[in-house]
Amino acid sequence: MTSATDDATGPVLAADGTPLKRSLNRALRRQKLRALMLVAPLLLFILITFILPIGDMLFRSVENQIVSETLPRTVVALEDWDETTGELPDEAVFAAFHEDMVIAADQKLHTRLGSRLNYEVSGMSSLFRKTGRRVDRMDTDQPFRDQFIDVDKDWGDVETWSAIKLFSPEYTPGYFLNSVDRTLTPDGIEKRPEDQRIYVSLFWRTMVLSFTITFSCLLLGYPVAFLLSNLPLRSSNLLMILVLLPFWTSLLVRTSAWKVLLQDQGVINNTLVAIGILSDDGRLALINNATGTIIAMTHILLPFMILPLFSVMKTIPPSYVRAAKSLGATDWTAFWRVYFPQTVPGIGAGAILVFILAIGYYITPELVGGTSGIFISNRIAYHISSSLNWGLAAALGSTLLALVLVLYWLYDKIVGIDNVKLG
Amino acid sequence: MALPSYASTGQRIWYYGFRTICALIFLFLIGPILIIIPLSFNAQDFFTFTPEMLRLDPAGYSLKHYEDFFTNPDWQRPLRNSFMIAPMATLLSVGFGTLAAIGLSQSHVPFRGAIMAILISPMIVPLIISAAGMFFFYSRIGLQGTYWGVVLAHAALGIPFVIITVTATLVGFDKSLTRAAANLGAGPVRTFFKVQMPLILPGVISGGLFAFITSFDEVVVVLFVGSAGQKTLPWQMFTGLREQISPTILAVATILVAISVLLLTTLELLRRRSERLRGMSPG
Repeated sequence: MTSATDDATGPVLAADGTPLKRSLNRALRRQKLRALMLVAPLLLFILITFILPIGDMLFRSVENQIVSETLPRTVVALEDWDETTGELPDEAVFAAFHEDMVIAADQKLHTRLGSRLNYEVSGMSSLFRKTGRRVDRMDTDQPFRDQFIDVDKDWGDVETWSAIKLFSPEYTPGYFLNSVDRTLTPDGIEKRPEDQRIYVSLFWRTMVLSFTITFSCLLLGYPVAFLLSNLPLRSSNLLMILVLLPFWTSLLVRTSAWKVLLQDQGVINNTLVAIGILSDDGRLALINNATGTIIAMTHILLPFMILPLFSVMKTIPPSYVRAAKSLGATDWTAFWRVYFPQTVPGIGAGAILVFILAIGYYITPELVGGTSGIFISNRIAYHISSSLNWGLAAALGSTLLALVLVLYWLYDKIVGIDNVKLG
Repeated sequence: MALPSYASTGQRIWYYGFRTICALIFLFLIGPILIIIPLSFNAQDFFTFTPEMLRLDPAGYSLKHYEDFFTNPDWQRPLRNSFMIAPMATLLSVGFGTLAAIGLSQSHVPFRGAIMAILISPMIVPLIISAAGMFFFYSRIGLQGTYWGVVLAHAALGIPFVIITVTATLVGFDKSLTRAAANLGAGPVRTFFKVQMPLILPGVISGGLFAFITSFDEVVVVLFVGSAGQKTLPWQMFTGLREQISPTILAVATILVAISVLLLTTLELLRRRSERLRGMSPG
C-alpha cells in the first residue's frame, strides 16, 4: 500500500521498472514493425513487378529523349535560331547536323528518329532515311546547307527545322495531344486534319459501348438477382450455379462460344433460317461489329452485375413490401416506391464494376468486334505491337488509366474496397 | 415467392411471365457454354450442327477434335507451358500474399488503407494497361520474352485474389488461439504452422485457386510479356480464333469447362468447410 501511495504522484511503472506508458508504446511499436515486416516482401514484389511498370508507362507518355540523344549538337545549335524570322538556320546548324547524322547513320539510329518525328509531321520518316543514305558521301569542304537541300528540298523548308526544334526538349506533351487528336505546331496546339482524328471518337465509342453493355447487364441482371434472392435457399443455391459457372469459365471459352453462335453460318443464323424467320440471304450480321461486342460482353460481364445485386437484395427484409401492400399499395407501387430504392446501392456497385471492367476490355472486342466494335484498348495494343508508336500507346493508356481510377474512386466511395467479395 | 391462392389473373400472368423471362436469361447465361460441348464432337469441320448430328446419328459424332488436341504439338506445347507457368505464379502469389494478409490483419498496421490500395491495384487496372506497362518495363530490364517475366507478371495479377480471400478468412480468426499457443510455450513459427495455418487453410487454398485460374486463363499480359517460347493455351486459342478458326478450339473449350466445373465444386466445398470451422451453418 505504501508504494501505491508513493507512485500516485509519479508515473505508473511496468514490471521491469520502466514507466508503463513508455513500455506500452514500445510494445505497440514492435507490433507495428512486425506487421510491416510481414507486408514488406509483398509490397516490394508488387512495387517491382507492377507499380514500376505502370510508372514506366506514365514516363514514356511524355518522354522524348530521342531527338536530343540522336542529334545532340544540332539541338544545341538550333537553340540560337529564331524560326519566326522565316529564314533557314545558318551554316553552323547544318554543319552540326551533318556531324550528328554521320554518327546516327553509322549506328542506324536515324531511321528511328525519322519514324518518331513522322508521328508529328508526315514525310519525316522518308526524309531521314533518304538523307541517312547520302550523308556519308557529302563533301566536307563545301557548305552543307546546299548539299542537304540538294538531297531533299525539305531541308530548305523552315517547317522541317522548326519541327526538329519543337520536339528537341526531353519531355513533350506531344503524345498526349496526339491522343486527343491535337498536334503541337510552332504556332501552338492545333487540331489534326479531319481524316486523322480518330482517338476522341474512339474514346467516345468505348464509353458509349461500355455504357450500353452496363445497361443491358442491369436489364438482364436485375430480374435474375430478384428471383435468386426471393426463392427458397435450396433452389436459389441451385440456380446460383448457373450464374457462377459462366463466371468461372475461361474468357476465351465464352468468346469462342459466341464466335461460333453468331457467325454468318453459325447456330443462331442457321436456326432462324431453318424455322423460317429469316430468308437464306437475309442472315443477320451479328459478328465483327458493335452488336457482336455488346452481346458477347454482356454475357461475359453479367455475373459481375448479378452478384452485387444479389448480395444487396438478400439483406432487404420482405416485411417492408408486405407492409406497403397491407397499407393499400399496388404491386407496382410497392415495388417501385419501397423495394427498388433499397436496391440502389447494389445497382451502383454492379454498374460501376461492370463499367470499369468493360472500358478496359481487349480480347473480346478484338475477336468479335470487327472494326466498328473495337475499344481504345485495341488501339493501344495496335500501337505497341504493330505501329511501334510506344509513346502514343503509353499516352492512350495513361488517359484510360486516369479514367478508370476516377471510377474506382467512385466505387470505393459507394461500396468500399474492403467489401469486395469473390464467388 | 409462391403464388398465393387468392392471386388475381393479372398477378398470375405476371408471375409466370416473370419466371419465363428469368428462364430465358438463364438460357442466355448458360446456353453458349453448353452448346459448344455437343459441337466439339462434330465429325465434320463445321461450327454448326450437321443434319447427321440433329438426327443423333452416331456417324455424325467423333472424337477427332480431341485426338487432334492430344496429339498436335501446336496444342501440346502451349498446354505444357500453361502448366509450367500457372503453378509457379500461384506459388509466388500464395507465399507472399498469405504472409502479407497475416500482417495486414494485425490490429495496428500503419498506412493500412494505402498498402491495401497498392496490393489490390493489379485487379483494378485494366489488363491492357498492366500489359503495356509490363512490356515497357520488362524490356528495359531484360525480362520481356522470358519464362520468369511471365511468371512474375502473372503472380502480380494473382496477388489481389489471395489477399482478399485470406484476409476474409482471418476476419473470423479467434486471436486468443495464438495467444493460448504462445502461453503454452510455442514459438511464433510453430504457432503459425500448428494453430493458425490449419484454420486459415481453406482461405489460402481458395485464394490459390483464384490465382491459378487467373494465370491459367490470362492472355493479354502473356501476349505482350511472353515470346513464342512462352505461348500458353489461351494464347494459342486467341491466335486460333483470330486467324484460322479450327474446331479443335471447341474440344479445348469443352475440356476447360470441365476444369472450371471441378474448380467451382472444390471452392464450394472449401467455403462450406471454412464456415463450419468458424461456427456458422453452411449456406
